[in-house]
Amino acid sequence: MTATLPPDTTASTGWTTVCRYDQLQPERGVAALVDGQQIAVFRLFDGTLHAVGHRDPVSGAHVIARGLVGTRGDAPTVASPMYKQVFDLRTGVCLDAPDDPALRLPVHPVRLRDDWVEIGAGAVAP
Amino acid sequence: MSTPAPRQLVVVGGGMVAHRLVEALVDRGGVADGGWQVTVLAEEPRAPYDRVALTSYFSGRDPQDLALGDPALWDTPGVQLRRGVQVTEVDRAARVVRTAGGREHGYDALVLATGSAPFVPPVEGKDLPGCFVYRTIDDVAALRQYVTEVDTRRKDSTHPRPVTGAVVGGGLLGLEAAGALTALGVQTHVVEFAPRLMPLQVDEGGGEALQRLVGALGVQVHAGTATAKLTAGRDGRVARMHAAEGSAAGLTHLDVDVVVFAAGVRPRDELARACELPVGPRGGVVVDPTCRTEDPAVWAIGEVACLDGRTWGLVAPGYTMAEIVADQLLGGAAEFPGADLSTKLKLLGVDVASFGDAFGTSPGALSVVYGDPVAGVYKKLVLSDDARTLLGGILVGDASAYAGLRPLVGRELGGDPAAWLLPEGAEGGPASAELPDDAAVCSCNNVTAGSIRDAVRCDGCTDLGAVKACTKAGTSCGSCLPLVKKLVTTELAAAGVSVSSALCEHFDVSRAQLFDVVRVTGITSFSELVDRHGRGRGCDICKPVVASILASLDSGHVLDGERATLQDTNDHVMANIQKDGTYSVVPRIPGGEVTPEGLIAIGEVARDFGLYTKITGGQRIDLFGARMELLPAIWERLVAAGFESGHAYGKSLRTVKSCVGSTWCRYGVQDSVALAIALELRYRGLRSPHKIKLGVSGCARECAEARGKDVGVIATDNGWNLYVGGNGGFTPRHAKLLAEDLDTETLVRTIDRFLVYYVRTADRLQRTAPWLEEIEGGLDHVRAVVLDDSLGIAADLDAAMADHVEGYTDEWRATLEDPEKLRRFASFVNAPDSPDPSLSYVVERGQPRPSTAAERTAGEAAGAVLVAGPRLEVFSR
Ligand code: SRM
Ligand SMILES: Cc1cc2nc3c(=O)[nH]c(=O)nc-3n(C[C@H](O)[C@H](O)[C@H](O)COP(=O)(O)OP(=O)(O)OC[C@H]3O[C@@H](n4cnc5c(N)ncnc54)[C@H](O)[C@@H]3O)c2cc1C
Ligand code: SF4
Ligand code: FES
Repeated sequence: MTATLPPDTTASTGWTTVCRYDQLQPERGVAALVDGQQIAVFRLFDGTLHAVGHRDPVSGAHVIARGLVGTRGDAPTVASPMYKQVFDLRTGVCLDAPDDPALRLPVHPVRLRDDWVEIGAGAVAP
Repeated sequence: MSTPAPRQLVVVGGGMVAHRLVEALVDRGGVADGGWQVTVLAEEPRAPYDRVALTSYFSGRDPQDLALGDPALWDTPGVQLRRGVQVTEVDRAARVVRTAGGREHGYDALVLATGSAPFVPPVEGKDLPGCFVYRTIDDVAALRQYVTEVDTRRKDSTHPRPVTGAVVGGGLLGLEAAGALTALGVQTHVVEFAPRLMPLQVDEGGGEALQRLVGALGVQVHAGTATAKLTAGRDGRVARMHAAEGSAAGLTHLDVDVVVFAAGVRPRDELARACELPVGPRGGVVVDPTCRTEDPAVWAIGEVACLDGRTWGLVAPGYTMAEIVADQLLGGAAEFPGADLSTKLKLLGVDVASFGDAFGTSPGALSVVYGDPVAGVYKKLVLSDDARTLLGGILVGDASAYAGLRPLVGRELGGDPAAWLLPEGAEGGPASAELPDDAAVCSCNNVTAGSIRDAVRCDGCTDLGAVKACTKAGTSCGSCLPLVKKLVTTELAAAGVSVSSALCEHFDVSRAQLFDVVRVTGITSFSELVDRHGRGRGCDICKPVVASILASLDSGHVLDGERATLQDTNDHVMANIQKDGTYSVVPRIPGGEVTPEGLIAIGEVARDFGLYTKITGGQRIDLFGARMELLPAIWERLVAAGFESGHAYGKSLRTVKSCVGSTWCRYGVQDSVALAIALELRYRGLRSPHKIKLGVSGCARECAEARGKDVGVIATDNGWNLYVGGNGGFTPRHAKLLAEDLDTETLVRTIDRFLVYYVRTADRLQRTAPWLEEIEGGLDHVRAVVLDDSLGIAADLDAAMADHVEGYTDEWRATLEDPEKLRRFASFVNAPDSPDPSLSYVVERGQPRPSTAAERTAGEAAGAVLVAGPRLEVFSR
C-alpha cells in the first residue's frame, strides 16, 4: 500500500513529491507527512489541487484532511470533521470566524509535475 | 375631563371563560386607569388552565402544559387573581360577595363564571374510596395516584392482575375518561345508559362504528346498561359495580378497582339560587342575549349561564359570552349570536366529529353516508333538499375532513359531496383558497378565514405560531389547525413570502422533498443531483443527507464510488472520531447477548491493540483510541471472531436494548432477548435521518427502558405492546402507545412500516419524537398509515424494508475484501503506516487515555509520555 515515489524526490529544490495524482479521489482529502509536518491535500471536482494544514485549530487534533469538501458561495471549502468549522481551501480562512487569526489554516504551495503531486517548502503563514 | 375612580369588577370562578373575560378586558384597554379594577375569586388553587386538554395532563404531568394564554395577564396592574378562594354568598342589596374565609369584596359589576360540576348519579356506594369524577387537575391527579397505587400493590402481590376500571357514562366526557384510564394501563369498561355511545353527537351508524373502534382498542363498551349500585371489598374500597336488571347482554356486575363518573354536568348555580336570581328549568343562571341576569349589576357567562333557554356545555359559546360581557362593560352593545355546537374529539385515538345539523332534523334534509366497517370509518353529510348546501355531518374513525367542512355549514359544497367522504378527499378537501372570508375557521375562538388572512396580510405574521398568537385561532381544541395552517401557507405564498424549508445553500428543498426527488428521478449520484436540482458543490450538511437518502433507496456499499466523498469521517472509516483524532470501534452485540468466547475475543483485540475498553450505555463494548490506519487490522480480528459492524457511527440503527425476559426472569411473559436480537438483525444498517434506537422489555416492569427508545416493545400476556417516539438525550421523551397486544408477525410488520415511513418523511437530524410532533396529524396519522394503510402505501413500505433486509451486508467485511476501499485507511499518503506523531497517552486505572495539554507539556519535558502502545507494531500489517 506504500506509495511508490519517483526517484528524484527533491527536497533540495524546495518541492516534496507526496503521491501520484490519480491516488487522490476527487472531493476527498489525504494527509501527507512532509518534514515532520502534517499537511492536508485535496483534489477538487474540477481537478484543482489545494494543500492546507492538517491540524484542526479548534480541537488541536490532526484531522482536516478527513473533512467534507464542498463550496460556500464561490469558495471551495473543507469542514473540520471534529466540530464542523468550515475553511476556505484557497486562503485557509475559517469562514465561520474570518476575523480570528487563531483559526486560520496554513496554506502550502502545491503543484502537479507530470503525474506527481508536489508540496512546496514553506507555508503562507496563517 | 378628570379620570373617574376605577369601578370594581368581581368575577366568581377562575375557569376558562373567566380567563377569556379578563383577557378581553385587558386587550381592549378596559382595566385600571379609567376602567375596571378586576378581582377574580377562584376556588381552584391555580390560575385558569385549559380544561379542554385536561386528559393530556395524564401523559404530560406538568400542569404548566395546560397553561392558557400568556401568564403575564395575571400581573397586569388592575387585575387580581385570588386562588383557592371560594365565594359562599352574594349580597345583591349590599353589592358584596363573601368568601369561605370570611372576607368581603364589594362590586359595581359581578360576573358569575362558576362553570359546572360533574353529575354523579345518586347510586348507593357512589362515595366509596376508588370513586372519582373528572373535571379538574386535582381530580385527574387523585385518579392517577390511586390507579398507580393499586397497580403497584397488584404487581407485588402473588397474583398480579391488571387494574380494572369502569367509567359511568359513554358520552364525550366518558370516552375521554376511558382514554385516560386506558393510558394508565387500566382494563377499562364503559357503561352507558343509552343504547349507543355519544348519543348526543352521533347517530346509530356512527355509534356502531365508534363502538367497534373503541372495542378494538381494548375498551369494553356496555351500552343500554344502567348502574344500580356500587359495593366495597374487604378493604373498604370500591370492588363491584352492579348493573340494573334488564341491562343489555344480561350483564349483572363488573369487578372493578376504580370507578369514574362522567355522566354529564350540572351548572354551579347555587350562588344565584341563594340570592334569588332566576334559574332555568334544568339549572343555569338565566341571562338575556347580553348575558345580563335579572339584576343589571350581575352577569353570568360560560357553562353556568342559561341563555336561550339552555346551558352550553362547550367552551366556544362561553368564550363568545365573555367577549360580549367585556364589550358591555366598556359601553358596547354586543349580543349573543347563537353558537356552533360542533365538536371534534380524539377519543382513545379515535376521531369523532359532529357538526351542524348532525341528525338531519331540518325539513327535507338528505344524507350522504359512507361506511367502511373494515377500516372502522363512518361518515355522513347532511345536505339541503337540493343536495347542494351543507347542513351538518358526522365523522367517525377519520375526521380529517372536519376542519375543511365545518366552515362550509350553510354554504354550497360545490362539486360532488361524496368527494369529501372518500379517503382521498380527507386531506382537507377542496381548496381552502375558496373559503369565504366570513367562514368561521376556529369555532372555539370565533376566528374567521378573513381574520387569519388579515393576520398575514396586514399584521405581518409570517408563520403559524405568529398567527396563533395574533388571532388565537387553534389555541383551544386545536382541531382547526390543519385548516389554519393551510390558509396561512396559501396567504404567505400569495404575498410572495416563501416559507423556507431549504436544506442548505445548495438545495432549496427539505430532506423529505429531496428524498422524493431522488426516488422519482432515480438519480444515483450526488454530482448529478446537485447539478440538476441544486447549486454549487455541496457541504457538510447536504452531502451526508444525500448519502443517507441514496443508502435508503438502494443498498449499495456506503463507500462505493463517489458516495465515499459524501460521508462524514465516521461513516467514511466506519468508526467514531474521538477528541484526539483516533477512533472508537463498536462491534454489534445484538440485544446485548454475548457468548463468553465473544467476550474473550473482544478482550484480546483490545489488549493486543492497546485500546481503552468500556461498556457503553447501549449494552455493548466500545474500544477507544484506534488509529485510523489500524482499523482494518482490528476489524480483521473482530470479523474472524464472528463480529460485524455495530454502526455506532452514522445515522442508522444503533442498538436494540433488551432485558433478560422470560427465559430467566421469574416475571417475564415473553422472550424479549429473542425478539430484540431478531429486530436488531432485521434493522441493522438501516440508514435514517437520525440514529434509531429500539428496546424490548419482557414484562411491564420495563427493565429495558423501551419507552425511552424510538421504538419500544413491551411484552404482555397476549403479545406485545408497541410504543414509538421515545428518546433520552437533551430533551427526553417517553414513547407513546401505537398499538397493543400484537402478535410477533404483526409487530414486526408494523415496526417495518413505521421505520420506513420515518426514514422517508423526517427532516435531517430529526428523531422520531419531533417527527411525530411535526408530521401533520401526528401519532394518529402515523398509526392510520402503518396499521390501516390510510395512504395506500403499506405495500410499498413493506417492499422497501424487504429490500433492506435482503440487501444487507456487513460493511466491514465488505471493506476488508476490497483493496480499493482499504486504501483510505492510510494515515499518510506518503507514509501509510506511520502513526500520527502528535498522539500521546497516559495510563489511568490500567488503561490508556489521551494526555491532557498540561501532561503533554510536562511529559515532553520529562520524556515520559507514551506514544501509542508497545504491542501495536506486532499486530499491525
Ligand atoms: C459510547 C456511548 C457512551 C458510553 O460510553 O456509554 C455514547 C457516545 C456518544 N454518544 Fe451517545 N453514547 C452512548 C449511548 C447513548 C444513550 C444511551 C442509550 O442508547 O441507551 C443515549 C440516550 C438515549 C437516546 O439516544 O435517546 C445517548 C444520547 C446521545 C445523543 C442525544 C440524542 C438526542 O436525541 O438528543 C447524542 C448527540 C446526537 O446524536 O446528536 C449522542 C452522541 C454520542 C457521540 C456519538 C458523540 C460524538 O459525536 O462523538 C458519542 C460517541 C460514541 C463513540 O463511540 O465514540 N448520544 N447516547 C454510548 C454508546 C451506545 C452504543 O453502544 O452505541
Ligand atoms: C375532560 C373534559 C374535556 C372537555 N372537552 C371539551 C372539548 O373538547 N370542547 C369543548 O368545547 N369543551 C370541552 N369541555 C368543556 C369545557 O371545559 C367547558 O365548557 C369550559 O371549561 C367551561 O368554562 P367555564 O369557565 O364556564 O367553567 P370552568 O372551566 O369549569 O370554570 C369554573 C371555575 O369556577 C370555579 N368555581 C365554581 N364555583 C365557585 C365559587 N363559588 N367560588 C369560586 N370559584 C368557583 C370552579 O372551581 C372552576 O374552576 C371539556 C371538559 C372536560 C372536563
Ligand atoms: S454524554 Fe456526552 S460525553 Fe458522554 S458519551 Fe454522550 S456525548 Fe459523549
Ligand atoms: S376550533 Fe378549537 S381551537 Fe380552533
